[in-house]
Amino acid sequence: MTIDWDWIRRNLLEGSIWQATQEHLMHTVIAVGVGLIVSFALSLAVLRWPRTYAPITWVTGILYTIPSIALFTFLVPIFGLTSIFTAQVALVSYTLLILIRNIVAGIRGVPDHVVEASRGMGMTERRIFLDVQLPLALPAIIAGVRVAAVTTVGLVTLTVIVGQGGYGLFILRGIGRRFLTEALVGTLLAVLMAIVIDRGLVLLERLATPWAQRRRPA
Amino acid sequence: MIDFLREVGAWFADPANWTGNRGLPGLLSAHVGLTLASLAVSAVLALPAAVYLGHKRRGGALVVSVVNIGRAVPTFGVMGVIFPLTLAFSATARPLGYWATFVAMVLLAMPPMFVNAYTGVRDVDPALVEAARGMGMTDRQVLTDVELPLALPLVMAGIRTAAVAVVATVTLSAWLGYGSLGTYVFVGFAQRDQVLVFVGGLAVAVLAVITELGLGGLERLVDPLRAIRRRRR
Repeated sequence: MTIDWDWIRRNLLEGSIWQATQEHLMHTVIAVGVGLIVSFALSLAVLRWPRTYAPITWVTGILYTIPSIALFTFLVPIFGLTSIFTAQVALVSYTLLILIRNIVAGIRGVPDHVVEASRGMGMTERRIFLDVQLPLALPAIIAGVRVAAVTTVGLVTLTVIVGQGGYGLFILRGIGRRFLTEALVGTLLAVLMAIVIDRGLVLLERLATPWAQRRRPA
Repeated sequence: MIDFLREVGAWFADPANWTGNRGLPGLLSAHVGLTLASLAVSAVLALPAAVYLGHKRRGGALVVSVVNIGRAVPTFGVMGVIFPLTLAFSATARPLGYWATFVAMVLLAMPPMFVNAYTGVRDVDPALVEAARGMGMTDRQVLTDVELPLALPLVMAGIRTAAVAVVATVTLSAWLGYGSLGTYVFVGFAQRDQVLVFVGGLAVAVLAVITELGLGGLERLVDPLRAIRRRRR
């Protein structure tokens, strides 16, 4: 078993590797983006009405426990065998628990005296949330997004089962043809994408929280 | 929707689906068999090292990288890479796809087992360890009589997490030719049979939930502090 460099060169030139990269990235970005929006809305509900936290984490916890392939199959009767919705509804479901936990913990973790001081300065509750609590919660929120994104990149390798593209196609075909190179390329590129996104989010966090850097001794 | 569920019901009512290699009991036992075998091997490989490092309170950086790498590597890809490499072994008694799935499942199960066991032993209250040493316990006794019992719930939590992940992922073995509950899913997709796809997913989901709840119950049972916690309540 050796690496078929010619296959790699051909697929690079013909653009199929690039196309799979775009598809894989698109699925990841949509899932994490929609997941973030939904999680944010649910987190606001939790912060406003704390009693909703238990049922929300319970439901998203169940979604998280259902195996991804099983979740795809449950959506098949609704959206069909090969639908982007079958893939995306499942992918988004998996991000919710991670994101909600981190958003809620991040906002709740802002020290009371900081919020009190803001109130004392005459800031409205809305301003306090947007200008004080949210920025201070950002490291926790981005930590959640990193876990969700890396997990999603891995899960997108399975959406090929419901007819979506991405690196999963290389893996699926590689297994079918018993062709090591193709499966290896799909796997390594998925790992690479996970690492790049993760590092990118770390960078974003540094840029978005300049005060955290200033405090650190040089 | 009602019609669809009726068809699913009809599938389960058909006695033909309960016998033979492609019957539910046969595929279920193949699925569970591969799950148990790979979990056992992961436990043997991961737990002693984790307990030792936790006891010595060393290797924290290793744990972080194990978690991160484990999360970034797609298991389906690991199966795909190992599969061609294991074809040489397929002449052995195991069916096609068994070894590739087996190795991938061992790799999938090891990180959660390792990390939980390590954290469980390492994070035992240092005051308790100190007290145990003060009572004249040997290093070995501290480990077996203090640290391990207190870490047991977390060790079990790691085994539970790993078991649920493996039960879910063994499903993919069907694409490699090893009959598991995933066979229904992949055959269903190939034949555009939504009922069969759904049946496969349902079976895997039920098995995952049973694993989660069953091992979760066991976890509470082995907690040495359970009686104390209950009294406090």
